[in-house]
Amino acid sequence: MLSTSYLMLLLPLAGFLVLVAVGRRVGDPVAGWIGTVAIAGAFVVACITLAGVLHQPADHRVFLQTYFTWFHVGGLTVPVGIQVDQLSITMCMFITGVSMLIHLYSIGYMKSDRDYPKFFIYLNLFVFSMLLLVLANNLLLTFVGWEGVGVCSYWLVSYWFHKDAAASAGKKAFIYNRIGDVGFLAAIFLIFEKTGTLQYVGGPGGGVFGQAHHLSGGTATAVVLLLFLAATGKSAQIPLFNWLPDAMEGPTPVSALIHAATMVTAGVYLLCRMNHVLFLSSNGTEVIAAVGGITAFVAATIACAQQDIKKVLAFSTVSQIGYMILAVGSGAYIAAIFLMVCHAFYKGLLFLSAGSVIHGLDDEQNLKRMGALRKTMKYTTLMFTIGWLTIAGVPPLSGFWSKGDVLENVYAHYKVLWFLGLLTAVLTAYYMTRLQTLAFGGEPRWDKIGPHGEPALHTPHEPTWLMRLPLVILAFFSIIAGIFDLPWVHHYTFANWLAPVFSGTLYNDHLHSTAVWVLSLTDVAAALIGIIIAYGLWRGANVDQPALEPEFLQRVWYWDDFYDAVIGRPSQKLAAFLAWVVDARVIDGAVNGAAQLVKATGTATRKLQTGYVRNYALGIALGMAALIIFLLSRVWS
Amino acid sequence: MSLAGGWYLGLAAVLFSIGAVGLLVRRNVLIMFMCIELMLNAANLTFVTFARMLGDIGGQVLVFFVLVVAAAEVVVGLGIVVAIYRRRSTTVADDLNALKG
Repeated sequence: MLSTSYLMLLLPLAGFLVLVAVGRRVGDPVAGWIGTVAIAGAFVVACITLAGVLHQPADHRVFLQTYFTWFHVGGLTVPVGIQVDQLSITMCMFITGVSMLIHLYSIGYMKSDRDYPKFFIYLNLFVFSMLLLVLANNLLLTFVGWEGVGVCSYWLVSYWFHKDAAASAGKKAFIYNRIGDVGFLAAIFLIFEKTGTLQYVGGPGGGVFGQAHHLSGGTATAVVLLLFLAATGKSAQIPLFNWLPDAMEGPTPVSALIHAATMVTAGVYLLCRMNHVLFLSSNGTEVIAAVGGITAFVAATIACAQQDIKKVLAFSTVSQIGYMILAVGSGAYIAAIFLMVCHAFYKGLLFLSAGSVIHGLDDEQNLKRMGALRKTMKYTTLMFTIGWLTIAGVPPLSGFWSKGDVLENVYAHYKVLWFLGLLTAVLTAYYMTRLQTLAFGGEPRWDKIGPHGEPALHTPHEPTWLMRLPLVILAFFSIIAGIFDLPWVHHYTFANWLAPVFSGTLYNDHLHSTAVWVLSLTDVAAALIGIIIAYGLWRGANVDQPALEPEFLQRVWYWDDFYDAVIGRPSQKLAAFLAWVVDARVIDGAVNGAAQLVKATGTATRKLQTGYVRNYALGIALGMAALIIFLLSRVWS
Repeated sequence: MSLAGGWYLGLAAVLFSIGAVGLLVRRNVLIMFMCIELMLNAANLTFVTFARMLGDIGGQVLVFFVLVVAAAEVVVGLGIVVAIYRRRSTTVADDLNALKG
């Protein structure tokens, strides 16, 4: 059952190639169905592989398959192979599952788009790259997948490239990711320098993890921080988080799949995969935990003041990934993965519901122009409400369990960061309730003239069944995903299942059961406080409350302005200096100067060529006379 | 012998100078040609003189080469002059300055 797992990679790749070949010819909606079927096939293969892994005893669940050698240089041999273990198959399950649902949704959402087949080409290539990232058995192959998802993200963010904002957002995403990639590459170099291999396990000397003892204190910290730099780029953490909100310029299914459920969690996955290296540097993990906690809080505050429905969800995603990074930094890898899986379900659900709203309102994304959608979009309202309550952390939905798991572990490790996390939980409940109230509650505002004179919108309509079906499935899993890891169940849980991957590196909290109860009640209280405050503040008809949406938060803590002032404008000045002084004067000056010199010499010497034979003859005669004088002077002296 | 050789060399120098000055001051292409021939023959005279003075037959042999080359040069040169005259109806060298820089 495990020997077929390579099909998981080949099916999306085949879908991509088929769509490249015939996509434009078959068009809408056949191209969409081809893409969806390819991903559904990958999902089936993932299920079969999962069954195969489950069939094995708990401590023999790592399967390495090498297909061929990619290249061989000096002491480095890079194989192309996959590593199926509890972590990678867990990732594959939710990646293929959520991707399949979002492909299905896209068939309806992207209907009558100009470049319909192209969308599914990118989407299939994305799923292939993501699975390659997760399944690769060595760091370099993971890096290939890492770059693959990066470039697909770029294409999909700037999918509507004729819009200026979309084109720049794509570039921004790409450049921010590139900064992180430098960290990834440097980490790969350092690891190879010290261990002589890039395979995670197996291979020469037991792979990177077998050779991890060669990474001593300072080197280990450097490797961990470099890997974390890579993660901050891909997973949108401080200081590289600004690209994610801008990436919302892409189509909503892309925001749901790439910029919420899967790609942005790649950084968390990388850190979890490298847990044996992270374990070697407590300084490194402290930095990771602190940055994760701060990002979670900062992004949550920003989400409280955004006007655009997708921007709120984008900052919410940054904040939730901050939780995951916080968990990783606290040594609670399983909690991080658990939150990642639950987050994929409920954030996918929220984004797709938001997509339904945007679709129904003719591409209007401003919350201030929505209102009372509960009356016209009952179905979407129900789905969004489930997502809202899940992310807010209301028991017994999955958000409560997964977030509780993270906070519990953080409490045992870093009390200050736990408090920050708790504040973030209040803010999460607050901004999601604000979003819910503004969009679905109150009085309708879409039938009025907009604040900048936009015409009134048509009555919102519900999407087709094709777009509703994924919502139900995601809502179902958002509700029940918590049962995978209930605290009082000890066997057949997520924690037991993943524990072998993190053997020896997990932080054991040993909290008293009373403490667990108190913490859980605190989480519930945080969620309820946030919901009540937001409901009290935003329930009324007055939706323009500048006091609650300070400029500081609307402009993302002036983070972009800061980068603009510190990096953007000085770089622009430097570029202008290079262009108009160095290039125009020095370099062009040298080139043009050489030409001028030749020209001037030519102008001066052409006068010698008079065209009169006698002048030439005189020249010859004088030359000869000079020669004779010279020779005579040699003879007589 | 040496005195006689000196006279011959002097004559050659005079002939050469007349040719050179003629080439510089005259405008008619045919006259300029004659001047060139004069210079060539002055050189020939020098060759012969030195051949006699030094008892070396090589100088006299060289004269034959010069005569042959001069004959060939005159053929080509006069051919060009005739061609130019047909086109431009002139043999004044200063009018033929199409290659002016």
